[in-house]
Amino acid sequence: MSRAFPYPLLTAGLLLMWLLLTSFSLGQFLLGAVVAAAASRAMAALQPSKPRLRRWQLIPHLLGIVTLDILRSNAAVFGIIVQGRRRERSSGFVAIPLDLRDRTGLAVLSCIVTSTPGTAWIEYAPESGVLLIHVLDLVDKDEWVALIKNRYEAPLMEIFE
Amino acid sequence: MTADILVWSVIAAQIMLVVAMGCYAWRVVRGPRAQDRVLCLDAMYVCAMLLALTVGIRTGSGVYFEAALIIGVLGFASSVALAKFLMRGEVIE
Amino acid sequence: MTHASDLPTWAAVLTALLVLIGAGLTLAGAIGTLRFGSFYERVHAPTLGTSWGTGAIALASIVFFSALGSRVVVHELLIAFFITVTTPVTLMLLVRAAIYRDRTEGTADVPARSALKPSGGNIAPGSDGAG
Repeated sequence: MSRAFPYPLLTAGLLLMWLLLTSFSLGQFLLGAVVAAAASRAMAALQPSKPRLRRWQLIPHLLGIVTLDILRSNAAVFGIIVQGRRRERSSGFVAIPLDLRDRTGLAVLSCIVTSTPGTAWIEYAPESGVLLIHVLDLVDKDEWVALIKNRYEAPLMEIFE
Repeated sequence: MTADILVWSVIAAQIMLVVAMGCYAWRVVRGPRAQDRVLCLDAMYVCAMLLALTVGIRTGSGVYFEAALIIGVLGFASSVALAKFLMRGEVIE
Repeated sequence: MTHASDLPTWAAVLTALLVLIGAGLTLAGAIGTLRFGSFYERVHAPTLGTSWGTGAIALASIVFFSALGSRVVVHELLIAFFITVTTPVTLMLLVRAAIYRDRTEGTADVPARSALKPSGGNIAPGSDGAG
Protein backbone atom coordinates (compact mmCIF):
# COMPACT_ATOMS: atom_id res chain seq x y z
CA MET A 1 0.00 0.00 0.00
CA SER A 2 2.66 2.49 0.99
CA ARG A 3 4.74 1.33 -1.99
CA ALA A 4 1.91 1.95 -4.44
CA PHE A 5 0.96 5.29 -2.88
CA PRO A 6 4.06 6.77 -1.27
CA TYR A 7 2.34 10.11 -0.60
CA PRO A 8 -1.35 9.46 0.12
CA LEU A 9 -2.14 13.11 0.89
CA LEU A 10 -0.49 14.32 -2.30
CA THR A 11 -2.29 11.66 -4.34
CA ALA A 12 -5.65 12.55 -2.83
CA GLY A 13 -5.01 16.26 -3.36
CA LEU A 14 -4.07 15.79 -7.00
CA LEU A 15 -7.12 13.63 -7.60
CA LEU A 16 -9.37 16.23 -5.99
CA MET A 17 -7.82 18.96 -8.13
CA TRP A 18 -8.34 16.87 -11.26
CA LEU A 19 -12.00 16.35 -10.42
CA LEU A 20 -12.54 20.02 -9.67
CA LEU A 21 -10.97 21.08 -12.95
CA THR A 22 -12.91 18.60 -15.07
CA SER A 23 -16.12 17.11 -13.70
CA PHE A 24 -17.22 14.63 -11.08
CA SER A 25 -17.78 11.45 -13.12
CA LEU A 26 -16.50 7.89 -12.94
CA GLY A 27 -14.37 8.21 -16.07
CA GLN A 28 -12.64 11.36 -14.83
CA PHE A 29 -12.19 9.75 -11.42
CA LEU A 30 -10.32 6.79 -12.94
CA LEU A 31 -8.22 8.97 -15.23
CA GLY A 32 -7.43 11.35 -12.38
CA ALA A 33 -6.49 8.47 -10.10
CA VAL A 34 -4.01 7.15 -12.68
CA VAL A 35 -2.48 10.62 -13.17
CA ALA A 36 -2.30 11.29 -9.41
CA ALA A 37 -0.68 7.91 -8.71
CA ALA A 38 1.89 8.45 -11.46
CA ALA A 39 2.64 11.97 -10.26
CA SER A 40 3.14 10.90 -6.66
CA ARG A 41 5.45 8.10 -7.84
CA ALA A 42 7.44 10.73 -9.72
CA MET A 43 7.49 12.82 -6.53
CA ALA A 44 8.96 9.85 -4.65
CA ALA A 45 11.90 9.88 -7.07
CA LEU A 46 12.72 13.39 -5.81
CA GLN A 47 12.86 12.04 -2.24
CA PRO A 48 11.45 15.03 -0.37
CA SER A 49 11.44 14.93 3.40
CA LYS A 50 8.21 13.30 4.44
CA PRO A 51 6.11 15.49 6.71
CA ARG A 52 4.74 13.71 9.75
CA LEU A 53 1.36 14.87 11.00
CA ARG A 54 1.07 14.06 14.65
CA ARG A 55 -2.17 15.77 15.58
CA TRP A 56 -4.03 16.55 12.39
CA GLN A 57 -7.25 17.27 14.28
CA LEU A 58 -5.77 20.67 15.25
CA ILE A 59 -5.49 21.76 11.61
CA PRO A 60 -9.10 23.02 11.15
CA HIS A 61 -8.77 25.02 14.36
CA LEU A 62 -5.52 26.64 13.20
CA LEU A 63 -7.03 27.28 9.76
CA GLY A 64 -9.95 29.10 11.38
CA ILE A 65 -7.67 31.26 13.54
CA VAL A 66 -5.46 32.15 10.57
CA THR A 67 -8.41 33.01 8.29
CA LEU A 68 -9.88 35.35 10.91
CA ASP A 69 -6.49 36.91 11.68
CA ILE A 70 -5.86 37.58 8.00
CA LEU A 71 -9.30 39.16 7.74
CA ARG A 72 -8.62 41.34 10.78
CA SER A 73 -5.21 42.49 9.60
CA ASN A 74 -6.67 43.16 6.15
CA ALA A 75 -9.00 45.63 7.81
CA ALA A 76 -6.12 47.10 9.85
CA VAL A 77 -3.82 47.61 6.85
CA PHE A 78 -6.75 48.99 4.85
CA GLY A 79 -7.23 51.54 7.62
CA ILE A 80 -3.53 52.45 7.63
CA ILE A 81 -3.51 52.99 3.86
CA VAL A 82 -6.72 55.04 3.87
CA GLN A 83 -5.55 57.22 6.76
CA GLY A 84 -2.30 57.90 5.00
CA ARG A 85 0.16 60.16 6.77
CA ARG A 86 -2.37 61.61 9.17
CA ARG A 87 -1.41 59.04 11.79
CA GLU A 88 2.01 58.48 13.33
CA ARG A 89 3.18 54.99 12.47
CA SER A 90 6.50 53.27 12.65
CA SER A 91 7.48 50.03 11.00
CA GLY A 92 10.43 47.87 11.86
CA PHE A 93 12.12 44.52 12.05
CA VAL A 94 11.47 42.05 14.86
CA ALA A 95 13.74 39.10 15.64
CA ILE A 96 11.91 36.09 17.05
CA PRO A 97 13.71 33.08 18.53
CA LEU A 98 11.75 30.03 17.34
CA ASP A 99 11.64 26.58 18.87
CA LEU A 100 9.96 25.05 15.85
CA ARG A 101 12.49 23.04 13.81
CA ASP A 102 10.29 20.89 11.55
CA ARG A 103 10.74 22.02 7.93
CA THR A 104 7.11 21.59 6.97
CA GLY A 105 6.03 23.46 10.07
CA LEU A 106 8.36 26.32 9.19
CA ALA A 107 7.00 26.36 5.65
CA VAL A 108 3.43 26.62 6.96
CA LEU A 109 4.49 29.35 9.39
CA SER A 110 6.09 31.29 6.54
CA CYS A 111 2.85 31.02 4.55
CA ILE A 112 0.88 32.33 7.53
CA VAL A 113 3.24 35.22 8.25
CA THR A 114 3.54 36.31 4.63
CA SER A 115 -0.15 35.95 3.80
CA THR A 116 -1.06 38.20 6.69
CA PRO A 117 -0.90 41.83 5.56
CA GLY A 118 1.13 43.77 8.07
CA THR A 119 3.75 41.10 8.67
CA ALA A 120 6.37 39.87 6.22
CA TRP A 121 8.79 36.99 6.61
CA ILE A 122 12.27 38.36 5.98
CA GLU A 123 14.80 35.74 6.93
CA TYR A 124 15.29 32.61 9.00
CA ALA A 125 18.62 31.47 10.35
CA PRO A 126 18.50 27.67 10.69
CA GLU A 127 21.64 27.44 12.83
CA SER A 128 20.27 29.64 15.62
CA GLY A 129 16.54 29.30 14.91
CA VAL A 130 16.01 33.06 14.88
CA LEU A 131 13.37 34.42 12.55
CA LEU A 132 13.36 37.99 11.28
CA ILE A 133 10.01 39.50 10.34
CA HIS A 134 9.03 42.99 9.26
CA VAL A 135 5.99 44.56 10.89
CA LEU A 136 4.15 47.44 9.27
CA ASP A 137 2.58 48.91 12.39
CA LEU A 138 5.11 48.26 15.13
CA VAL A 139 4.25 49.39 18.64
CA ASP A 140 5.71 46.79 20.96
CA LYS A 141 8.27 44.22 19.81
CA ASP A 142 7.68 41.80 22.69
CA GLU A 143 4.00 41.74 21.89
CA TRP A 144 4.76 40.49 18.37
CA VAL A 145 7.20 37.87 19.65
CA ALA A 146 4.56 36.57 22.06
CA LEU A 147 1.86 36.69 19.38
CA ILE A 148 3.80 34.64 16.82
CA LYS A 149 5.03 32.18 19.43
CA ASN A 150 1.75 31.54 21.24
CA ARG A 151 -0.72 31.92 18.44
CA TYR A 152 0.99 30.15 15.55
CA GLU A 153 4.14 28.41 16.69
CA ALA A 154 2.62 26.46 19.58
CA PRO A 155 -0.16 24.78 17.52
CA LEU A 156 2.27 24.12 14.67
CA MET A 157 4.67 22.42 17.07
CA GLU A 158 1.82 20.28 18.36
CA ILE A 159 0.83 19.33 14.83
CA PHE A 160 4.23 18.60 13.35
CA GLU A 161 6.58 17.65 16.21
CA MET B 1 -33.51 45.72 -10.36
CA THR B 2 -31.32 43.19 -8.61
CA ALA B 3 -29.65 42.45 -11.94
CA ASP B 4 -28.81 46.15 -12.20
CA ILE B 5 -27.12 46.10 -8.80
CA LEU B 6 -24.98 43.19 -9.89
CA VAL B 7 -24.14 44.69 -13.29
CA TRP B 8 -23.13 48.04 -11.88
CA SER B 9 -21.12 46.66 -8.97
CA VAL B 10 -19.22 44.32 -11.30
CA ILE B 11 -18.47 47.27 -13.61
CA ALA B 12 -17.35 49.33 -10.59
CA ALA B 13 -15.15 46.46 -9.42
CA GLN B 14 -13.57 46.19 -12.86
CA ILE B 15 -12.84 49.91 -12.89
CA MET B 16 -11.25 49.62 -9.43
CA LEU B 17 -9.10 46.70 -10.57
CA VAL B 18 -7.96 48.61 -13.66
CA VAL B 19 -7.08 51.63 -11.50
CA ALA B 20 -5.15 49.28 -9.20
CA MET B 21 -3.25 47.95 -12.21
CA GLY B 22 -2.52 51.55 -13.18
CA CYS B 23 -1.07 52.26 -9.71
CA TYR B 24 1.13 49.19 -9.93
CA ALA B 25 2.19 50.12 -13.47
CA TRP B 26 3.20 53.54 -12.16
CA ARG B 27 5.38 51.84 -9.54
CA VAL B 28 6.87 49.54 -12.17
CA VAL B 29 7.88 52.56 -14.22
CA ARG B 30 9.05 54.69 -11.31
CA GLY B 31 10.90 52.03 -9.32
CA PRO B 32 12.96 53.24 -7.51
CA ARG B 33 14.71 49.90 -7.37
CA ALA B 34 14.44 46.63 -9.25
CA GLN B 35 12.78 44.81 -6.34
CA ASP B 36 9.93 47.34 -6.31
CA ARG B 37 9.36 46.76 -10.00
CA VAL B 38 9.25 42.97 -9.62
CA LEU B 39 6.91 43.24 -6.62
CA CYS B 40 4.45 45.39 -8.53
CA LEU B 41 4.71 43.29 -11.69
CA ASP B 42 3.70 40.28 -9.59
CA ALA B 43 0.79 42.24 -8.12
CA MET B 44 -0.27 43.26 -11.63
CA TYR B 45 -0.53 39.60 -12.57
CA VAL B 46 -2.85 39.05 -9.59
CA CYS B 47 -4.97 42.03 -10.67
CA ALA B 48 -5.21 40.66 -14.21
CA MET B 49 -6.31 37.31 -12.79
CA LEU B 50 -9.01 38.95 -10.67
CA LEU B 51 -10.11 40.96 -13.70
CA ALA B 52 -10.53 37.71 -15.65
CA LEU B 53 -12.68 36.34 -12.80
CA THR B 54 -14.93 39.42 -12.80
CA VAL B 55 -15.27 39.23 -16.59
CA GLY B 56 -16.39 35.65 -16.04
CA ILE B 57 -19.08 36.84 -13.62
CA ARG B 58 -20.16 39.56 -16.04
CA THR B 59 -20.54 37.25 -19.01
CA GLY B 60 -21.69 34.21 -17.06
CA SER B 61 -19.23 32.03 -18.90
CA GLY B 62 -16.92 29.53 -17.23
CA VAL B 63 -14.10 29.90 -19.76
CA TYR B 64 -12.56 32.82 -17.91
CA PHE B 65 -11.82 30.64 -14.90
CA GLU B 66 -9.27 28.68 -16.94
CA ALA B 67 -7.78 31.92 -18.24
CA ALA B 68 -7.48 33.21 -14.67
CA LEU B 69 -5.76 30.00 -13.58
CA ILE B 70 -3.25 30.23 -16.43
CA ILE B 71 -2.51 33.90 -15.69
CA GLY B 72 -1.91 32.99 -12.04
CA VAL B 73 0.48 30.15 -12.91
CA LEU B 74 2.44 32.22 -15.42
CA GLY B 75 2.65 35.15 -13.02
CA PHE B 76 4.03 32.95 -10.27
CA ALA B 77 6.66 31.38 -12.52
CA SER B 78 7.81 34.70 -13.95
CA SER B 79 7.98 36.43 -10.57
CA VAL B 80 10.04 33.60 -9.10
CA ALA B 81 12.40 33.76 -12.08
CA LEU B 82 12.76 37.54 -11.70
CA ALA B 83 13.35 37.29 -7.95
CA LYS B 84 15.98 34.65 -8.61
CA PHE B 85 17.55 36.97 -11.16
CA LEU B 86 17.79 39.78 -8.61
CA MET B 87 19.49 37.44 -6.17
CA ARG B 88 22.41 36.47 -8.35
CA GLY B 89 22.00 38.17 -11.69
CA GLU B 90 21.52 34.87 -13.51
CA VAL B 91 18.25 33.02 -13.97
CA ILE B 92 19.78 29.60 -14.57
CA GLU B 93 22.69 28.58 -12.42
CA MET C 1 -25.84 40.37 -19.18
CA THR C 2 -29.32 38.90 -19.44
CA HIS C 3 -28.43 35.83 -17.39
CA ALA C 4 -28.18 37.96 -14.24
CA SER C 5 -31.94 38.50 -14.16
CA ASP C 6 -32.41 34.77 -13.51
CA LEU C 7 -30.46 35.13 -10.28
CA PRO C 8 -32.24 35.16 -6.92
CA THR C 9 -31.99 38.50 -5.10
CA TRP C 10 -29.84 37.28 -2.22
CA ALA C 11 -27.27 35.78 -4.61
CA ALA C 12 -27.08 38.94 -6.71
CA VAL C 13 -26.62 41.18 -3.67
CA LEU C 14 -24.08 38.85 -2.08
CA THR C 15 -22.08 38.59 -5.31
CA ALA C 16 -22.15 42.36 -5.78
CA LEU C 17 -20.98 42.94 -2.21
CA LEU C 18 -18.17 40.39 -2.38
CA VAL C 19 -16.92 41.65 -5.74
CA LEU C 20 -16.83 45.22 -4.43
CA ILE C 21 -15.00 44.19 -1.25
CA GLY C 22 -12.41 42.22 -3.19
CA ALA C 23 -11.79 44.94 -5.75
CA GLY C 24 -11.69 47.60 -3.02
CA LEU C 25 -9.05 45.69 -1.03
CA THR C 26 -6.97 45.18 -4.17
CA LEU C 27 -7.20 48.88 -5.00
CA ALA C 28 -6.23 49.80 -1.43
CA GLY C 29 -3.18 47.55 -1.76
CA ALA C 30 -2.21 49.28 -4.99
CA ILE C 31 -2.57 52.70 -3.40
CA GLY C 32 -0.51 51.43 -0.49
CA THR C 33 2.42 50.64 -2.76
CA LEU C 34 2.31 54.24 -3.91
CA ARG C 35 2.11 55.68 -0.40
CA PHE C 36 4.62 53.63 1.58
CA GLY C 37 8.14 54.93 1.73
CA SER C 38 10.48 51.95 1.76
CA PHE C 39 10.57 48.60 -0.03
CA TYR C 40 10.02 46.60 3.15
CA GLU C 41 6.85 48.57 3.83
CA ARG C 42 5.69 48.19 0.25
CA VAL C 43 5.94 44.40 0.53
CA HIS C 44 2.91 44.46 2.84
CA ALA C 45 0.59 46.25 0.44
CA PRO C 46 -0.01 43.70 -2.36
CA THR C 47 -0.86 41.00 0.19
CA LEU C 48 -4.19 42.80 0.66
CA GLY C 49 -5.04 41.83 -2.89
CA THR C 50 -3.64 38.33 -2.65
CA SER C 51 -5.30 37.37 0.62
CA TRP C 52 -8.88 38.57 0.98
CA GLY C 53 -8.98 40.47 -2.30
CA THR C 54 -8.63 37.23 -4.17
CA GLY C 55 -10.65 35.37 -1.54
CA ALA C 56 -13.65 37.69 -1.81
CA ILE C 57 -13.73 37.67 -5.61
CA ALA C 58 -13.35 33.88 -5.71
CA LEU C 59 -16.20 33.60 -3.18
CA ALA C 60 -18.31 35.94 -5.33
CA SER C 61 -17.65 33.74 -8.35
CA ILE C 62 -18.59 30.63 -6.35
CA VAL C 63 -21.86 32.20 -5.16
CA PHE C 64 -22.70 33.51 -8.62
CA PHE C 65 -22.11 30.31 -10.59
CA SER C 66 -23.64 28.11 -7.89
CA ALA C 67 -26.84 30.18 -7.90
CA LEU C 68 -26.87 30.44 -11.68
CA GLY C 69 -26.57 26.73 -12.36
CA SER C 70 -28.34 25.72 -9.11
CA ARG C 71 -25.49 23.35 -8.36
CA VAL C 72 -22.42 23.78 -6.20
CA VAL C 73 -19.43 25.11 -8.13
CA VAL C 74 -16.29 25.25 -6.03
CA HIS C 75 -13.40 25.19 -8.50
CA GLU C 76 -12.65 28.86 -7.75
CA LEU C 77 -11.34 27.61 -4.42
CA LEU C 78 -8.41 26.25 -6.43
CA ILE C 79 -7.44 29.81 -7.40
CA ALA C 80 -7.69 31.03 -3.81
CA PHE C 81 -5.64 28.07 -2.57
CA PHE C 82 -3.10 28.46 -5.35
CA ILE C 83 -2.60 32.18 -4.69
CA THR C 84 -2.30 31.57 -0.93
CA VAL C 85 0.44 29.02 -1.50
CA THR C 86 2.40 30.79 -4.24
CA THR C 87 2.41 34.38 -2.97
CA PRO C 88 4.58 33.63 0.09
CA VAL C 89 7.10 31.85 -2.14
CA THR C 90 7.36 34.83 -4.48
CA LEU C 91 7.49 37.41 -1.70
CA MET C 92 10.05 35.48 0.35
CA LEU C 93 12.36 35.06 -2.63
CA LEU C 94 11.93 38.73 -3.49
CA VAL C 95 12.56 39.92 0.07
CA ARG C 96 15.59 37.68 0.34
CA ALA C 97 16.94 39.11 -2.90
CA ALA C 98 16.23 42.63 -1.67
CA ILE C 99 17.92 42.13 1.69
CA TYR C 100 20.88 40.49 -0.05
CA ARG C 101 21.22 43.48 -2.37
CA ASP C 102 20.84 45.96 0.48
CA ARG C 103 23.47 44.23 2.56
CA THR C 104 25.91 43.98 -0.32
CA GLU C 105 25.54 47.67 -1.03
CA GLY C 106 25.36 48.57 2.63
CA THR C 107 22.91 51.41 1.96
CA ALA C 108 19.56 50.80 3.63
CA ASP C 109 19.25 50.29 7.36
CA VAL C 110 18.56 46.55 7.37
CA PRO C 111 19.63 44.33 10.28
CA ALA C 112 22.93 42.58 9.71
CA ARG C 113 23.01 38.83 9.25
CA SER C 114 24.85 38.47 12.57
CA ALA C 115 21.86 40.05 14.32
CA LEU C 116 20.09 36.72 13.89
CA LYS C 117 22.49 35.00 16.25
CA PRO C 118 21.65 35.78 19.89
CA SER C 119 25.10 34.82 21.22
CA GLY C 120 26.95 36.92 18.65
CA GLY C 121 29.71 35.69 16.35
CA ASN C 122 29.77 35.85 12.61
CA ILE C 123 28.00 33.70 10.07
CA ALA C 124 29.06 33.47 6.46
CA PRO C 125 26.70 35.62 4.39
CA GLY C 126 26.34 32.82 1.82
CA SER C 127 24.71 30.36 4.25
CA ASP C 128 21.16 31.39 3.67
CA GLY C 129 18.34 29.92 5.68
CA ALA C 130 16.01 27.28 4.33
CA GLY C 131 12.31 27.78 4.49
